[in-house]
Amino acid sequence: MNVHEYQGKEILRRFGVATPRGIPCFSVSEAEEAARSLGGNVWVVKAQIHAGGRGKGGGVKVARSLEEVREFAQAILGMTLVTHQTGPSGRVVKRLLVERGADIRMELYLGMVVDRATQRVTLIASCEGGMEIEEVAARSPERIHKVAVDPVEGLTDPLAEAVARMIGVPDGSVAQARGCMQGLYRAFVECDASLAEINPLVITGDGQVLALDAKLNFDANALFRHPEIQAMRDLDEEDPAEIEASRFDLSYISLGGNIGCLVNGAGLAMATMDVIKLYGAEPANFLDVGGGATPQKVTAAFKLMLGNPRVKGILVNIFGGIMRCDTIAEGVIAAVREVDLNVPLVVRMKGTNEDLGKQMLETSGLPIIAANDMADAAQKIVAAVGVAA
Amino acid sequence: MSILISKDTRVMTQGITGKTGAFHTRLCREYANGSSCFVAGVNPNKAGENFEGIPIFGTVEEARSQTGATVSVIYVPPPFAAAAIDEAVDAGIELVICITEGVPVRDMVATRRRMEGKRTILIGPNCPGVITPDEIKVGIMPGHIHKKGRVGVVSRSGTLTYEAVGQLSDIGQSTCVGIGGDPVNGLKHIDVMRMFNEDPDTDAVIMVGEIGGDDEETCARWIKDNMRKPVVGFIAGVTAPPGKRMGHAGAIISGGKGTAQEKLAVMEECGIKVTRNPAEMGRLLRSVLQ
Repeated sequence: MNVHEYQGKEILRRFGVATPRGIPCFSVSEAEEAARSLGGNVWVVKAQIHAGGRGKGGGVKVARSLEEVREFAQAILGMTLVTHQTGPSGRVVKRLLVERGADIRMELYLGMVVDRATQRVTLIASCEGGMEIEEVAARSPERIHKVAVDPVEGLTDPLAEAVARMIGVPDGSVAQARGCMQGLYRAFVECDASLAEINPLVITGDGQVLALDAKLNFDANALFRHPEIQAMRDLDEEDPAEIEASRFDLSYISLGGNIGCLVNGAGLAMATMDVIKLYGAEPANFLDVGGGATPQKVTAAFKLMLGNPRVKGILVNIFGGIMRCDTIAEGVIAAVREVDLNVPLVVRMKGTNEDLGKQMLETSGLPIIAANDMADAAQKIVAAVGVAA
Repeated sequence: MSILISKDTRVMTQGITGKTGAFHTRLCREYANGSSCFVAGVNPNKAGENFEGIPIFGTVEEARSQTGATVSVIYVPPPFAAAAIDEAVDAGIELVICITEGVPVRDMVATRRRMEGKRTILIGPNCPGVITPDEIKVGIMPGHIHKKGRVGVVSRSGTLTYEAVGQLSDIGQSTCVGIGGDPVNGLKHIDVMRMFNEDPDTDAVIMVGEIGGDDEETCARWIKDNMRKPVVGFIAGVTAPPGKRMGHAGAIISGGKGTAQEKLAVMEECGIKVTRNPAEMGRLLRSVLQ
C-alpha cells in the first residue's frame, strides 16, 4: 500500500526524522491559509499523488509570495499530472502539500528496501540526491552505497555515521544525519514498510538535515497490525477495477491489451498472459482467482473483465488441483448466463474432474470454445478476437 | 532416493485443526504412504486430543520427542506463521515446510536471522510444498497428477508447477519442490538444484521461475559451473508491467531489475534450455533427455 508524501512525512516525524514544516491542503483557499500560517517568504506547493517525477511534470512549484501560492495551487489542483510513473493517462491532483521553503546546501539520497539476497533491510545512500536513483545507478554506480542491517543489532551509531560520511555529510551535520537514518530504519521496521525513500535528503545552509520528500510503501500482508496506516489509504489513487477485485479477494491488475484472462494461481496467470503475447495479442489484465474460487467469485471476475471496454475476448485457464474443474465449469456457466456474454470465450481446463467439467461446458449450449492446452487456448482466443483488433 | 522427503519420512502438522490444515492433512494421509508418514499434530490448546487418529501435542518439541517426526508442515494463519517456524527451528526439526500465504516480510527477516547457524532447512512460506510421487506428499498439490519418474521440478509458483508436472505425465517426476513466491524465504532455486545434482534418482530438472529478484540468475550461474544434468527453464511474467505486484509478494519488477527477459537471457547464456512458451516445458525436457 502506498501513502502520500505528506502522510509519509507525518510517519517519519514520529520517528525523529526532521522535515520542513508543511500542511496538507484540499483547496486553493486552504493552500493560501497554510502558507500564511507557516510564515516566511518562500513556500513550496507540491502535488500529492502516488507517483514520482512530480517536479518534472509541473506538479511542484516554488512560490515567493502568497499570490504565487494561490496561483500555483490553482494551477496544480485538478490538473492531470503525467509523470514517468503515472502512465500516459496521468493522475488528477486532488491534494496539495504546502511547505516552508528550505535553504538547500546539499542534496543527498536515502532509500531502504528488504534485500532478497541478504534477507535483511538494506540502507541505500548516495551523494546524488534529487534525481532518479536508477539513473545514478546506471551512470555512476560507485556513488551508491548499500549497507545490510542486522535485525538483531539494528542500524548502529558507527554504521549510520560511516554511511553519513560516505555520502559527504559535513562534520557538523553527521550526528543529525545519523539520527535521520536511524529514524528511517525504525520507521521502516516498526511500520512494516516494503520501501522507503527520502529523495532528496538535504543539508540546509545552517547545517540542518531535512527530509524534503518521503515515499513509503507498506507490506500489504502486515497492514492488519497498523490500522493507522490503513486509514491513510487513498482510494482515488487506485484503479477502481482493482479496488472492486479486492472486495472479492481476487488479485487483479489492469493491463493495456484486449484479451481478458481468468486463471487460478499467480504464476499460471502470468504464464497465460505471456502465451497470449506469444501468439500475437496482448492481455487486458492479470487475474488470479486463487485457490478457493466459488461460482460467485468467478462471476465477479467476469464482470470485472467485461467492465473494461477494451476487452474483445476472454481466456479462462484453470489447472484444477484441489479445486475441481466441475466447480469452475459451474462458475463459468453461471457467470456467462448472468453477465450476458457478448465476446468470444475460450476455456482450457486441466486436472481434477477435467472430463466432467468439459462435458458440462459442452452441454450448456453456450458458445464456449474448448481448448486442450495453454498454447491451443491462446491461439484460439487470438484467432477469435482477430489480430488486428 | 529422491530429495528432501521419502516414504520413510515422519511428518507433524502445525495447525492441524484449522480448516486448511485439517483438509490437507487428510489428503496427504490418503496419498501413497501418507498413513504411516503423518504421525503428529501440534496445537497448544488441544494437547492430548487427536485429529482423526493422529495424536495432537501441545508443542513441536513434544511432538518430535514422542513420535520421532523430523519434518513439520505449517498451515497456521499468517500473523502466527513465523512464530510457528521459530518453534520448529528451536525444537531442532530438520525440514520445515511453511504453506501459509501472506506472512509479513518483517517477520520472515527476523525468523531467517534466528535460523542462522541452525540445522533446520526451511521451504516457503507461501508455497505448495514438496512431493516425492508414489511415496509421500507434504503440501497442497493435487497428488493424482504426479507420477514416479526421474525428472526433478523446482518452482516458485503453485499452479504453474502443476502445469509443468501435467506436461510430464508420461515420464514422471523424482521430487517436485515448490519454493514459494515470497521475497524472504527458505530454500532458493540454487539450493534445490544442488540437491537434484546429487540425487541418483534425478536425471534432469525443470526450473520454473517468475519475475522479481535474481534467484534464477544466481542458480543459472551455479548450473553453468557445477550441474552435471540437463536443466530446462521457463520464467513467467514477460508481459508483466514494472512496479506492479503480480499476485506473489515477490513477483514484482522494481528499479528495472527482475524482468523475465533478463532472467531468460542469463539462463540461456549459462547453457539452460529455455522456452518462452509455458505449454512447451514438457516437450523441451523430453528433448534434452534423448
